[in-house]
Parts: sequence; C-alpha cells; structure tokens
Amino acid sequence: MRSARQIAADVRSGASSAVVELEASLAAIAARNDELNVFLHVDVEGAQAAAAAVDARVARGEDPGPLAGVPLAVKDNLCQVGVPTTCSSKILEGWRPPYNATVIDRVVAAGAVPVGKTNLDEFAMGSSTENSAFGPTRNPLDPTRVPGGSSGGSAAAVAAAMVPLALGSDTGGSIRQPAALCGLVGVKPTYGLVSRYGLVAFASSLDQIGPFAASVGDAALLLEVLAGHDPRDSTSLPEPAPSLVAHVDDGVAGTRVGLVRELYEGADESVTTAVRAAADALRAAGAEVVELSIPELGATLSAYYLIAPAEASSNLARFDGVRYGLRVAADDVTTMMEATRTAGFGAEVKRRIMLGTYALSAGYYDAYYGQALKVRTLTINAFARAYERVDVLLGATTPTVAFPFGTKTADPMAMYLNDVFTIPTNLAGDPALSVPFATGEAGLPVGVQLLGPGRSEARLFAAARVLEIADGRP
Amino acid sequence: MSADLTRDDVAKVARLARLTLSDDELDLFTEQLGHILDHAADMNALDLTDVVATAHPFGVTNVVRDDVVTPSLDRDAVLAMAPDARDGRFCVPRILGEAP
Repeated sequence: MRSARQIAADVRSGASSAVVELEASLAAIAARNDELNVFLHVDVEGAQAAAAAVDARVARGEDPGPLAGVPLAVKDNLCQVGVPTTCSSKILEGWRPPYNATVIDRVVAAGAVPVGKTNLDEFAMGSSTENSAFGPTRNPLDPTRVPGGSSGGSAAAVAAAMVPLALGSDTGGSIRQPAALCGLVGVKPTYGLVSRYGLVAFASSLDQIGPFAASVGDAALLLEVLAGHDPRDSTSLPEPAPSLVAHVDDGVAGTRVGLVRELYEGADESVTTAVRAAADALRAAGAEVVELSIPELGATLSAYYLIAPAEASSNLARFDGVRYGLRVAADDVTTMMEATRTAGFGAEVKRRIMLGTYALSAGYYDAYYGQALKVRTLTINAFARAYERVDVLLGATTPTVAFPFGTKTADPMAMYLNDVFTIPTNLAGDPALSVPFATGEAGLPVGVQLLGPGRSEARLFAAARVLEIADGRP
Repeated sequence: MSADLTRDDVAKVARLARLTLSDDELDLFTEQLGHILDHAADMNALDLTDVVATAHPFGVTNVVRDDVVTPSLDRDAVLAMAPDARDGRFCVPRILGEAP
C-alpha cells in the first residue's frame, strides 16, 4: 500500500481521488475482514460521503488538507456521530454516539476518510484483543497469532494494508504493543497533547490517543493533525501543537541515548538482540549511547495494575443501563443495574472493576491505591533524573514477538506481564513510540521502544527514522 | 501488605461494584485477584515513607470556561439512544420501596 503522504499528495494534485482511494481500501477490507476480524463496523456510506466531499474540495480548487483522501481506521472506543461504538462490549452494543470525538473532527477537517471501527479488548483492557466480546482479531502477519492489544484491530488494519493510518488509544501500551507485534510504528503521545474528548474513558490519568502507521513519516503526519489544545478536554495542554513532520529527518547527531536495562532485561533473546542492534545503529548515526539502570521501574507494573483498575472501576460505573446501551429489565433500579452490568461486561472487565473497587475500599486504600500513587511519584522522579543525563531512552516494546492464541488467557498476570516495558511511560505522562527493528522468532517483527521527556515527540520521531533507515526502509 | 483476599472479600467487592458472581466465578476471581495482589507486594521493597502521592502526571488544576450559554447535545438525539425514555427524560424502574 502507498504511504499516507503519497496518497494525500496524489489526491491533492488530482493524480488520484479520495473516492478511488476509498474503493481500494474497501476492497482490501472485503478481501480479509472475515478471516482476520479487524473491523466491527465498516461505514461504507459515511466514508463514501466523506471521500466525495474531499474530491469536491479539490474540484473547487480548495486545499483538502494534509490527509487528503487518506482512508483511516478508528478504534471502536472513539465516538463518531451515528456510527456504532461498542468498545467491543455487549454493554454498548448498538449504541450510536450523538457526538464526534475531537480527533474525528480533526482528521476529517484534514481530509482523511474514516472507513470504520476496529476491534479491541473490551474497554481497552487487554494485550491480545482476545478479550473482545465480538471475537479475537488475528495478526495479518501470522493468523495463528494475536495482533496484540488492546488496539489490535487498528494495528491489524494497517498491517493488512486495509488502510495506511489508524487511531488507537494507549493506557499501558495499547498502541505500542500491537504496533510492535504487527510490525508498525505506534505512538503514545505526551499526556495532554491529544484531546480525549469522545474517547470512552478507561483510566483517565493514563489514557492517550495516538497514531498507527507503516512508517515513521506517516505516524508523524497523523500525530501532527491530532495534536493541539481542545477546550472540551480539561487535561488538554494549553499550548500550540508542535511541528513534527519537519523534524523527522533531523537525525541523531549529538543526541544522548540511554539504553535502559530495566526496559529490555528478561525479554526473549531475539528481542534483546534487536534492542542492542538498535543502540549500535543510533551510535553509528552519531548518537552518544550510554547504558543506564533505573531500578524504580521494577515496581511500575504493580502500581499500574492498581491505579488503572481503580480509575476504571470509577469510570465504568456509568454503564448502568440508564442512559445508553444494554438494559436487563428488573422490577427495581438496583436489580436492573446489577443484572445489566453482570450480563454486559466480560470477565476481564469484571476482574479489573473488582480489583479497582477493592484497592479503593475502606481499609485497603492506603495499602494498595495509596502505595501505588507513591510509586508513581518515584517513577516520575526517576525518569526526570534520567533525562538530566540523556535525551532519549531506548528499550524493548514487548518481551516477545506476537504469541499464539490462548497462550496467556488462563492467567491474567501472565497477560499483564506483556506490558512491563510500556507501562512506565504512561505513569510518567511522557511520550514513547515503538518502531519495528529487525526480526525475531519465526521471522516476526520486533518493536524497539524510544522514550523521551514530555513534549519530545519530534526528537523521538527523528531517532525512529534513523532506525527505520538502518533497518532497510528508506 | 499481604493479599489475604478471601471469598467473602470478593463477594463484598462484587456487591459494591454491582456485579453478580456465580459460585464458580467467586472461586476463580478470588484466586486470580489474590495472585495479582500478591504481585503488588513488590512495592513493599521500596522505601515510600516520605514520598508524596501523585494522582496525575502533570498536576492538573481545575479548568473553567467563560460562563456563557453554548449549544449542548440535542436532547432528542441523546434520549433516542437510551434504553427507555419518556417525556424528555430517562426512564428507570422503581427506585423507592413501598412505605412501611
């Protein structure tokens, strides 16, 4: 599939049209969606109208924007007017939002054509997309394996060349981990850089929306469109959006890179080898690479799996059968709510709601949630100290390449350990991205993770671009 | 901190969270949640005595807008998606019991 940048250039110049690009995307979806279960809903009519509107702007001599005619997939926890939004949960089945997420407005204003909603782990809770109420998504690179999660459908949509770009959300690695397992670039932006208005909340102090793309340049292009202040999200950073595309080819000459032991130790050998090779590639391009240890990162997984469920238990209280989605009838309101939630939520969602409720309950709050918030402080301080010495941190995105279905579903803790390298940066609120580098077991892609302090996305893209070139994708 | 999580604890938490669990689910969740809480014991290895808690990465403060009337979501569009609505309102089953 051509890059988003190429498609937009062709649509703007008249060499192609948004309608033609959409037809190609819909054909690619039709060819493999039954096999891979990527899209829960394909919005054919809405996409055709959006594409026609882009072509009409070109015909009138107007600039349709930097994403002109680019088909785009949307994770199904983002609201789009009139388009079913389920969060892959039975509790929201059939719900059609009466408003757009800000990111939908932004991509459409930039000329993109949203083609449909992609599968996810229910309410974005999971690392394999096996927790979807509507069946798992398969990894296009090897359909016997998971695509990662929770944004597994968005990752698979790009990896299967159904669309060049997709939107995901990342609370503990839900963009970077599936990007790594599907051989893509995935970005968790600085907390507050992208508005969450219209994102169904999971853990509000951690959630961020970000891009999936097949290349660093395309990911930078999409994030540049997404970023910017939004008065409808009170956590939105009140400052102008950064310039990203212009810095992709800045290189890493003089950049100080810290290879962090805690961010790759314990990973499979092929993953560790790829991380070390990435360090060598950055050094060869002029970066100064040092080895670092940040021992505080050791307890971040535990802190995350108390903080995120605690926030989720509060956020998901709104699904009670009153205002939207499923209602199981009963004679009184409390029984109705309990029956609705019991029937509507899947096992992992129930597990996290209960874990969070327990961590927040009287007698346990200080021992669990309170301790976790203190670990969060240690994590933030430890990263800040590291960033006094270096500009960028380097590690693995995931401990393994894409794994076969069913291998981690029996033991929640085994699944949670997939997120051990991605979680720390969510706790800190800092940006991180995953870029494919080398191959691992079974010839499957390995993702290398680059992390930086808040608002350092431009530098992360420049370093990722160096790795992309070194890996043979000029 | 030790995860002496009992079946009764899980049953109580499920009630608080408005979830009904079967006996098998109670057994399974007690074991699984206990396992997760055991893992959380690794936080005990850290000295957190004088550490201040952080609830939010960038110290968010209240954000207010100008107090002017702006359009909100269309009421009918919102109610159209509700499980039950009448006369411009969400409708729910009985909330209060009979008077004693």
